[in-house]
Amino acid sequence: MSLLRFYAGNAGEALGLLVQHLLLVGASTAVAVALGVPLGIVLTRRPRLRAPVLGAANVFQTIPSLALFGFLIPLPFLGGIGASTAVVALVVYALLPIIRNTYTGIQAIDPAVREAGLGMGLTGGELLRLVELPLALGVIMAGVRVATVIGVGVATIAAAIGAGGLGVYIFRGVAMVNDTLILAGALPAAVMALGFDWGLGWIERKLTPRGVRA
Amino acid sequence: MSPAGDGAAASCRRASVALADGRFALQDLTLDVARGETLVLLGRSGSGKTTTLKLLNALLLPTAGDVTVEGRATRDWEPHRLRRRIGYVIQDTGLFPHFTVERNVALLPTLERWEPDRVRARVLEMLALVGLDAARFLHRYPRELSGGERQRVGIARALAADPALLLMDEPFGALDPLTRSELQREFKALCARLGKTIVFVTHDVREALLLGTRLALLAEGRLAFAGPPAEFRRAEHPEARAFAATLDP
Repeated sequence: MSLLRFYAGNAGEALGLLVQHLLLVGASTAVAVALGVPLGIVLTRRPRLRAPVLGAANVFQTIPSLALFGFLIPLPFLGGIGASTAVVALVVYALLPIIRNTYTGIQAIDPAVREAGLGMGLTGGELLRLVELPLALGVIMAGVRVATVIGVGVATIAAAIGAGGLGVYIFRGVAMVNDTLILAGALPAAVMALGFDWGLGWIERKLTPRGVRA
Repeated sequence: MSPAGDGAAASCRRASVALADGRFALQDLTLDVARGETLVLLGRSGSGKTTTLKLLNALLLPTAGDVTVEGRATRDWEPHRLRRRIGYVIQDTGLFPHFTVERNVALLPTLERWEPDRVRARVLEMLALVGLDAARFLHRYPRELSGGERQRVGIARALAADPALLLMDEPFGALDPLTRSELQREFKALCARLGKTIVFVTHDVREALLLGTRLALLAEGRLAFAGPPAEFRRAEHPEARAFAATLDP
């Protein structure tokens, strides 16, 4: 009840924070896809890079998010206070599932399919575009989905470095020991995570080619 | 002049493939593939049959010696140009699971920028050739096919761009005995009709004698025998005798 009253009284601010949150997650996921998918493809072509790249992405994943935001603040270009720093941190978190799923998705393709493709005279680019990416797309999308859902959660912490988003309410609520305020941030974030999970899951099913759908 | 024999579709001259551990997958192979023949490469697992086949479409390059196709060394060909002139059928078919039968067969002609009408006609022609009813199969996906049907589609796909040379790596190896002998008989008739040059790998001596116009037996990476099927039973090489012996009950 008090939550509804709070939203009624602060509709403008709440909506603004929600949009900010969506932008943080959307921008960081988009950058992570743009970096992660090509990187995952490179790993399938250069197996020797696999261990170091996935290892590094793994290590980033283990840094507590609050600490990562803190580490980034003093860095030139990437760091500072505000949304751009938060996006950098969120990209770092989103990269691992996207790189890993791109790599695994392509790697899991039946070797006979790749051999037949090369043997019948597809070039490397044609094999990637016509065979490998379409067959791996479902798995890649699953990685994007995981990355996005994680991003929604981690982005709440971005409020700590002045990036805005729903975390603003959560931090404020914690500071004021006000459950309603905490809920005002946490509840829409949870719903957003569920929404992304469902929506991207739907896209994932749509993108899985008919001939290989379970 | 190239060192290849006149009229040979492809030839290996003292071709070897050394492995990383210093052993040889294939050693000193000299063998011509004559135009229009069905050359069967026979041998046990690991004898170098598949290696030989992959030398011909440049999936492997010889570490020593020369392999030439149409008078030109495979290492001088642009790999995908060479491979598009060579049909390739493997045991697991390697059909693209996300493509329908139609798209699988149409892929190479499409990439070669044939007119859509011509591609369509070619697909129908190829399916008829391998005994598949187009109306029933055109829009199916590979996993909706039986093993034998998949192998037929594999052959149709390999022939679609009208290759001069057809390479087949144990294409019937994974089929049940009845389907296998059915496909073997049909394939033999098909070969006679098309007059293509075919190199066919098998470890089944009956299949080799049935389909081959010439046999090449490989043993431990070396050529043990090469000649017409009729001579094979009289061959002296112990590996040839071992294979021949499996024919008598």
